[in-house]
Amino acid sequence: MTTASPDTATVSGGVGSSPQRPDGALKTRGEFAYSSDLWHEDMIWGATLRSPHPYASIRGIDLTEALKVPGVYAVLTHEDVPGTNLYGLEHTDQPVLAENVVRYQGEPVAVVGADHPETARRALARIVVDYAELDPLTDSVTAAEGGGPRLHPGGNVVRHVPIRRGDPDAPAEVVVSAEYQVGMQDQAFLGPESGLAVPAEDGGIDLFVATQWLHVDQRQVAHALGLPIEKVRLTLAGVGGAFGGREDLSMQVHASLLALHTGRPVKMVYNREDSFFGHVHRHPAVLRYEHGATRDGKLVYVKAKIYLDGGAYASSTPAVVANAATLGVGPYDVPNVAIDCWGVYTNNPPCGAMRGFGAVQAGFAYESQMDRLATELGMDPVELRMRNAMAQGSVMPTGQLVDAPAPVAELLRLVQEKPVPTTDPDSLVDIRQLPGGVSNTTHGEGVVRGIGYAVGIKNICFSEGFDDYSTARLRLSVVGGEPTVLVHTAAAEVGQGLVTVQQQIVRTELGVRQVTINPVDTTVGNGGSSSASRQTYVTGGAVRAACLAIRSRVIALAAERFGLPRKDIALQDGKLSSASTGVLAELAELLGGEAIEETAEFRHRTTEPIDPVTGQGNAHVQYGFAAHRAVVDVDTELGLVRVVELACAQDVGRAMNPQAVLGQIHGGSAQGLGLAVMEEIRIEGGRIRNPSFTDYLIPTILDMPPMRTDVLELADPHAPYGLRGVGEPPTISSTPAIVAAIRAATGLALTRAPVRPEHLTGTA
Amino acid sequence: MRLNVTVNDEPRVADDVWEGESLLYVLRERLGLPGAKNACEQGECGSCTVYLDGTPVCACLVAAGQAEGRAVRTVEGLAEGARLDPVQQAFLETGAVQCGFCTPGLIVATHELVHRTGVPSDPEIREALAGNLCRCTGYEKIMDAVRLAATRIAEAKA
Repeated sequence: MTTASPDTATVSGGVGSSPQRPDGALKTRGEFAYSSDLWHEDMIWGATLRSPHPYASIRGIDLTEALKVPGVYAVLTHEDVPGTNLYGLEHTDQPVLAENVVRYQGEPVAVVGADHPETARRALARIVVDYAELDPLTDSVTAAEGGGPRLHPGGNVVRHVPIRRGDPDAPAEVVVSAEYQVGMQDQAFLGPESGLAVPAEDGGIDLFVATQWLHVDQRQVAHALGLPIEKVRLTLAGVGGAFGGREDLSMQVHASLLALHTGRPVKMVYNREDSFFGHVHRHPAVLRYEHGATRDGKLVYVKAKIYLDGGAYASSTPAVVANAATLGVGPYDVPNVAIDCWGVYTNNPPCGAMRGFGAVQAGFAYESQMDRLATELGMDPVELRMRNAMAQGSVMPTGQLVDAPAPVAELLRLVQEKPVPTTDPDSLVDIRQLPGGVSNTTHGEGVVRGIGYAVGIKNICFSEGFDDYSTARLRLSVVGGEPTVLVHTAAAEVGQGLVTVQQQIVRTELGVRQVTINPVDTTVGNGGSSSASRQTYVTGGAVRAACLAIRSRVIALAAERFGLPRKDIALQDGKLSSASTGVLAELAELLGGEAIEETAEFRHRTTEPIDPVTGQGNAHVQYGFAAHRAVVDVDTELGLVRVVELACAQDVGRAMNPQAVLGQIHGGSAQGLGLAVMEEIRIEGGRIRNPSFTDYLIPTILDMPPMRTDVLELADPHAPYGLRGVGEPPTISSTPAIVAAIRAATGLALTRAPVRPEHLTGTA
Repeated sequence: MRLNVTVNDEPRVADDVWEGESLLYVLRERLGLPGAKNACEQGECGSCTVYLDGTPVCACLVAAGQAEGRAVRTVEGLAEGARLDPVQQAFLETGAVQCGFCTPGLIVATHELVHRTGVPSDPEIREALAGNLCRCTGYEKIMDAVRLAATRIAEAKA
């Protein structure tokens, strides 16, 4: 499956090139229609009342005063949910609107439809909810150990995954152990949760939203509304970033409820504070690791206990737990492993998918451990990693054979060999390039430099036996005299460039330059989720399969038309030719007024569930790897960090679109930088202290340093074009590399990400 | 209240504007110009950057009434018909656009920067654009876009 069809590969803008995005010009002109840009005649505005308490019972809700506000069309509670008042990705445990209990601060309790956002806000302020506050459970370790109130009928452990391999009690000459913590990170996509729900004449709903997976939204919305699935029709509106935060429902059911109740189109747009409360976050983690090694630096065993705080509802916690556990030793050969990973319910904000998905938290801990072990051994940290680096033919702690390239040592070597940025001591200091920047806090005094390394591993596509597929419907016809292909899928373009890569695949496979992307909706088969770095692989695979089906029909048509055997006919550059007679016809001529349509499903190779006792099983489809080197300057007096440079090397199997690949590496690395030095939703007693971009900081253009990147293309023989999912691996190794660099600069142990100024100044 | 404002060289009128509305809300919801974006609505992200009498501002922080009688230029007013502005073209070519939600604000901010400074140094670019958050690109391609746009505009002026 690894070769592109060779006889059509000459058309420009195909696989391996970097054509402009089809939505790019509209985006630069401000004319691309995002979900918050939609408008409908007679539309009203929806707004959400959220719980101010992390845990409380609801004794009553009084809507009287809210309903009196002029311009209010509806105020709805759980009593107005016509279908099942529960939804969820893996467990249906989350109410659309709270009934007699709220389990987190921010949980939706009521929704308002009004003629203006301000009218809706005033009505929300007049809803009286009688809460009886309860003592919240906010500690994940306590929850895993059975302490605290029981928050859900099945108990507070959402999932426990043990991994057992070899003899974890094997003796080791050198042992290092520590507890690490990772804070709660937010996806902080810029386009807020938003959309438009339009009531339809058939009693159904047409929903225009920004999401990562239309068909899973459709199923959940239909259940909540009590409608047959075909009466809930979704169309993807422009998506302003996702990063996992749009896997779960946000406003979809609420806007639909209001629309069905009022008979009016309803627009809902979260503001930034709403957004912080309105989507799941990255699981904060406590990770207790022990590494045993020989004196010459070979890993003997890894033991770990990992606690992931899933917050009030399950979301995708079960899959995050599996990732953290199965990838918990990192990209290393470890003969003996005992890992236990728990995902638990607490009264903290719900956590679910974010780029890296469990592999990020584990990555921070195992890479911190490798540095600790290197220090203990007096060994270079890169040398230690290379000595233990897994490679093709290695066996994972799950027993799964790594049967595709795994160039872990080479990636490390690539970042290590990059020239190290230097500062000329005689040159004038530009304060913009120092920690603190134009705050003018230092001119170089108290500033120390450090270098750190890390490498990470991520599973690509959905794991554990999930039937992970995508569907593509392609139509080839002549438009304006030119052969044109219309690509119709339900796969969400969230910014990553899936629309571009779909066009590239069609150009390569069919030699057709003109490729149009149909609006993405639920009138075509499931495209699966735009997550797990899977869309180029899976939807790309479906587009390719549909192209092959169309090509075969074109050749059959030509064979019939010209009375030649099919095997003698080639399709290249929009022309049909035969070896004996040369060009037979232009593709446009052959087709005339005829259209050829084909729908194809694509599935990657199957995976297996992991054994619930031993954690053994071929759970994953593919592994992706990236390595980072970070260079940092630290102002030790103020605890300020400036990342001077990031180098990244990643194996992408095949760079389908080299420019987009770099964009993923840069963007993923930046999110890792954020987790290393600034990004954390601060929770106290179950309450978010910083739900704004004033207090939750993401990297700016001043925080993000120049990057040096190396892209390897070692084909995965199992994947279309040999490609490897790109989006997540760079997010994993970026954080531990930066923290390692800060450790190298300061000599501090630093067991927590993000590193705060007070951790560096000793004033924590 | 009634608001009179010139937008992209056209006099516009908005009626029934609630006094608490921002310029951003009026542009997006009343004047059919959603190009300026609503990412934070608190002046932190720069995605709603527009020119107000030639000065770049966060439209979310400008009360609608403050724009009375003034001239606004939004991202929709930069291209000349089908031809993109050189800043827009540079963002498109360099891969500086992913989800694109930050793009309109960054394009207006970059447009102002390169017309004010000519060809800015890298530290000048970073300082000037520090108020525009992007979550997708890691800013590397945005740096490329600004450098390219600045060079082309300077060459065209030379």
